[in-house]
Amino acid sequence: MDDYIISIKGIKRSFPGVKALDGINLNLRKNSVHAIVGENGAGKSTLMKCLLGLYTPDEGEIYFDSKIVSFKDASDALNLGISMIHQELSPVVTRNVMENIWMGRYPLNKFGFVEHKKMQQQTQDLFDDLGIDISPIEIMSNLSVAKMQMIEIAKAISYKSKVIIMDEPSSALSQRETEQLFSMIKKLKEKNVSILYISHRLAEIFTICDEATVLRDGKWIITKPVKEFTTASLVTYMVGRDLTDMFPKTHKEIGSTKLVVENLTCQKVFKAISFELRKGEILGFAGLIGAGRTELMEALFGLRKFDSGTVKIDGKEVSIKNPYDAIKNGFCLVTEDRRHNGIIPMLSVKENMVVVNLSKYLTKIGLLKTKPIDDDVRLYIEKLRIKSPTLYTLIQNLSGGNQQKTLIARWLLTEPEILILDEPTRGIDVGAKAEIYSIISDLASNGKSIIVVSSEMPEIIGLCDRTIVMHEGMKTGELDKEQLEQEKIMDLAMMDVAAP
Amino acid sequence: MAKINKQVIEKYLIYLVLLVIVVVFTVLEPKFISFDNIINLLRQVSVIGLLAMGVALVIISKGIDLSSGSVVAVSAVVGASLAQKPDAPNKFFENIPQLNLLLIVAICILVGIFIGLVNGLLIAYTGIPAFIATLGTMVVFRAFAMLYTGGQPISFLRPDYEFLGKGYLFTILPIPVVIFLVITFITWVLVNYTTFGKGIYAIGGNIHASTVSGIKVNKILALDYMYAGALAALGGVLLSARVGGGQPSFGTGYELDAIAAATIGGVSHSGGIGTVGGVLAGVIILGVINNGLNLLGVQAEWQSVAKGAIIVISVIIDTKKYNKNQ
Repeated sequence: MDDYIISIKGIKRSFPGVKALDGINLNLRKNSVHAIVGENGAGKSTLMKCLLGLYTPDEGEIYFDSKIVSFKDASDALNLGISMIHQELSPVVTRNVMENIWMGRYPLNKFGFVEHKKMQQQTQDLFDDLGIDISPIEIMSNLSVAKMQMIEIAKAISYKSKVIIMDEPSSALSQRETEQLFSMIKKLKEKNVSILYISHRLAEIFTICDEATVLRDGKWIITKPVKEFTTASLVTYMVGRDLTDMFPKTHKEIGSTKLVVENLTCQKVFKAISFELRKGEILGFAGLIGAGRTELMEALFGLRKFDSGTVKIDGKEVSIKNPYDAIKNGFCLVTEDRRHNGIIPMLSVKENMVVVNLSKYLTKIGLLKTKPIDDDVRLYIEKLRIKSPTLYTLIQNLSGGNQQKTLIARWLLTEPEILILDEPTRGIDVGAKAEIYSIISDLASNGKSIIVVSSEMPEIIGLCDRTIVMHEGMKTGELDKEQLEQEKIMDLAMMDVAAP
Repeated sequence: MAKINKQVIEKYLIYLVLLVIVVVFTVLEPKFISFDNIINLLRQVSVIGLLAMGVALVIISKGIDLSSGSVVAVSAVVGASLAQKPDAPNKFFENIPQLNLLLIVAICILVGIFIGLVNGLLIAYTGIPAFIATLGTMVVFRAFAMLYTGGQPISFLRPDYEFLGKGYLFTILPIPVVIFLVITFITWVLVNYTTFGKGIYAIGGNIHASTVSGIKVNKILALDYMYAGALAALGGVLLSARVGGGQPSFGTGYELDAIAAATIGGVSHSGGIGTVGGVLAGVIILGVINNGLNLLGVQAEWQSVAKGAIIVISVIIDTKKYNKNQ
């Protein structure tokens, strides 16, 4: 017991209809980095929220430094010495950096008033210590997602806690910033801090973690030192079955040119982007966050006005001014952030799926025909293996992977010719990822033209026939399947193109 | 460089607008800028100004308070009932002793704090929208004011009480104006220099981040509405003091004017945005419009049209300002 800073015994927690945690045991050794691995829905976030006082367990005990504890709210956990880097970055964007970091614990002078100069100095000291180069008085909304994540990391560290929970801390970071994070973690270990590390990026787990615990369906599966796992064995524990080939090897023919983009420019966002896309082809777009890929896709889909350039489909120039035009021309876009602009959380799976396609289900007087709708929905639930209790389940109650599949079904119902998928497997567990890759592959085999924007190297390398790399709004290179290699992609992703 | 200039202009836009409006009215009617008129104007906006300061803090926390007008009514009738002259006919409380003036004011403010507490608890703990909660208290407490007075006005108030509304400091500054400016300063200090004030912005900007950072959200929200209630009650005291009586119909529609003033002053209904200086400017702009149009002999209905137009235009400007950053 004395070896462990946190001991969790038999934690159970249920929500209406689902047992999120079913008897979890976990021991966090002092001064170690302990990975928590599992598919979406395995219970990782719920467990962490119990540790941070945001949820109360229904049963079970939590021991901190060998003493039993119970939390009323987040401030209890924070005061005890547990802090967290949250997966969903949620800063207060209208305030500045230092107020975000010291939220709820602003330095006060002896009269009880906030001391701004002291707050600024504290922030500067914290940043200097961690090697972060951001101004404490910058307004959060002016910062990139990567910088916001660095600030979130600094904030968790500033609580001087004995335990830091890191939930997908590197999701928005570049390679360089991720290495910076790892060296911060090494320094923290030396300062007697213990870390719980949650990540879908298994490579990171092998780099930085000492032990790993696997959760599946709310149950504790196994805990072992990391060096006793292999990627394959870890995945097998997570998924409960053998997943040898993530990427389906299908033989397919690549057809004629479908889409030609010439010199597309959107001031300050992307410049002179040109490329071609053929039928049956999967074209990847790689690059760091901020490269302009999502913005390019938004422009193609009519969500963003661009300043110059042309788009030709099947040889004819098209003018796309809004998503309606784009859909009529055979485009579809599965967005990068399904939570914000993909799912309609309070509507059912069925409603989410048919929402774009409603005009195809109208009777002569304009009312909706329920039977064809239900039939189509059932067809796609089966085809894409969407796991949902019923058609009427609210989509927000589904796991990320199933939500994403519902969105893909939504667009497939419109029978698109050109599919744009922006980070299609972000935040999705290994099992669902493989299923989505096989869906994408099948679509390509059927002659659809597909664009995949992705920040995950294995995905780009395994899935795409060709890849375009962007950096800060410019196209820095184009690689085909044989040339696709992690290093080549990263080089192009960080290359500075001289302005013409 | 151009970016910095733009942000500076946006920050001070409201004051620029105020300046322009003042200049326009002065040109149209030179009497506008006379000392007497300005004092008059400030006195006219003092009560709404108090309400606006309170409701601004509520809107910043992403809430709303529709009950301020009713708080004015309750506070006015309670205050008046406690402050009648000893020889007043049809006295409300037959044998009431001559209470200390500060005690009477304190009681009224406590009433406002109580109503604010009801609002705060409803909103923080039941999860019903602030609009509904304060709509409910607005109706209930207006009715309470009716019941309290039995529908009869209360008048013949003590001169020391009336001094609060009719008196002057240093013979030129009306007491209501002084009180309004002092409260504005206090609000400014609260908002910029206390955990409470910064907590309001954090909660309005992102309630999830606030909870997760250990901010006591429910406590701060309750205090927020209590502050708004206290200020509205103070407004009720000043109003009854100025008028020399208390009626349950006082303050009708004041909550909308207060919200309008705060909105014109740049407080955003999406939460987390707004400044005390902006609210002050918004209050004065509203007052200037009313006062100026009055001086020009414009009908009261056109003043309402102008007020409505200004509210909508200022929100359009604010929306464009923040959508640009998305």
